[in-house]
Amino acid sequence: MVDQRDIVLEAGAKHDFIDELLAVPGGEAIRDCIQCGTCSGSCPVSYFMDNTPRKLFAMIRAGLRDRVLESASLWLCTSCYTCTLRCPRQIAVTDIIYALKRLAMKEGKGAGAAKAVALASSFVAVVDRRGRNYEPELLIRYYLKTNPAAFVNQAGLGMKLLGRGRFPLKGEKIHGLDQIRTIIAKSHEIGGL
Amino acid sequence: MRFAYYPGCSLEATGRAYEESTSALAKPLGLDLKELDDWNCCGATSYMSVRELLSYSISARNLCLAQKQGLDIVAPCSACFTILRKTDHYLQEMPELRRKVESVLGAAGLSYTPGSVRVRHLLEVMTGNGGLGKIRDLVRNPLKTLKVAPYYGCQIVRPRVDFDDPEYPMVLDRVIEAIGAQAVYYPVKSRCCGASLMASNEPAAIRLCKNLLLCAQQNEADCIITVCPLCQMNLDAFQNKVNLKYGTRFNIPVLYFTQLVGLALGMPAGAVGIGREIVPAASLLGRYADTPTAPASVAHA
Repeated sequence: MVDQRDIVLEAGAKHDFIDELLAVPGGEAIRDCIQCGTCSGSCPVSYFMDNTPRKLFAMIRAGLRDRVLESASLWLCTSCYTCTLRCPRQIAVTDIIYALKRLAMKEGKGAGAAKAVALASSFVAVVDRRGRNYEPELLIRYYLKTNPAAFVNQAGLGMKLLGRGRFPLKGEKIHGLDQIRTIIAKSHEIGGL
Repeated sequence: MRFAYYPGCSLEATGRAYEESTSALAKPLGLDLKELDDWNCCGATSYMSVRELLSYSISARNLCLAQKQGLDIVAPCSACFTILRKTDHYLQEMPELRRKVESVLGAAGLSYTPGSVRVRHLLEVMTGNGGLGKIRDLVRNPLKTLKVAPYYGCQIVRPRVDFDDPEYPMVLDRVIEAIGAQAVYYPVKSRCCGASLMASNEPAAIRLCKNLLLCAQQNEADCIITVCPLCQMNLDAFQNKVNLKYGTRFNIPVLYFTQLVGLALGMPAGAVGIGREIVPAASLLGRYADTPTAPASVAHA
């Protein structure tokens, strides 16, 4: 439903948010959006979204920064790239959603999708420590952050995977962890989204 | 042909059957897959959701290692494939990003010349350059009467690749035909399995898997084959959850394409990781494995 606060005239809209996204690879194309809805119609999870991609793009142009960044929809994107492929204006929708996720993460605005945020940060923590993902450690970290009881629910499946040799008890670490640490430090220093 | 083989993290764990079947097939198909020494995680979708520069930089470390060896990369995992490939493309196309990534890599004593390593998917190198014909010639055990749903998933063909169509790919269908089986009509072949939503938003992922399983069932597929460890995991390990949620009775084995090719080449089921799946494939495939001349009485109806 449209309420009064949703009506923003293009001329009166704040452009800071668009300007912020211009730095993202392909971000300048946001201005080309014609609101055709091909992205939303193609999105396999728009069924579950509060704000579909088309709507998010309209909200970005209207300068509704907080509402975009707080939207749980961002965290439903699986990076299937169907929207990016089909966009008639060649907007790299998936890349822009990634940029919005990063902004939301940086500013602590992902509360509406706490599980997805926890999954991403757990994944990064495992890779930073080992240089590789180790699925059992990822799941333990993730469930401890979100819902330890759910971990117990998944135990049956975990045992099945273990029994089929798909859940190794020991994870790998790469030799070049120093390089990974330097890469992390340097990229934080240079910054950027 | 010689490649730097980039297995990716999943192939060491949940995707182990993919690793086993890939290794078993490499030699007969003339692929020299040398594991990329000390490779690191590609970053997957999670890294890109946290930091952009860091994400491209850790992904690019693998490109540095491959360039040093003078080899192109082969990745069996669609996520690794798309991320490593995207990193190389963006480094070529975006000078500002390249400058920053160069500076990060330089601090770690690494360097990469964008465009110098080609990133390819296992399906692409197994079928391209005469590979499909080679598979056809090597078949000793055609999987006759087996009906297979070819499931590509998203990231092997999108945003764009040069070896197949991004919406309605056909290479995997050709592989199924080459091993004597029948590729069923599978219009959802490049739709999403839900990927990591299975952990962070289970209802959404379960619904996507339901759609994929339903389409396979309606087109009378005996099994589904995949080219990605995450697709296999979601459709196989969570099939029971789909059944519980939707009241369905799916019992569709989900295998890697390399496993079926291996069987058709006469390899024993164990050598291609059959038995590691949660929805068992043994009874369906038993008549093909190790028994090239199965009596007609046990042939699948």
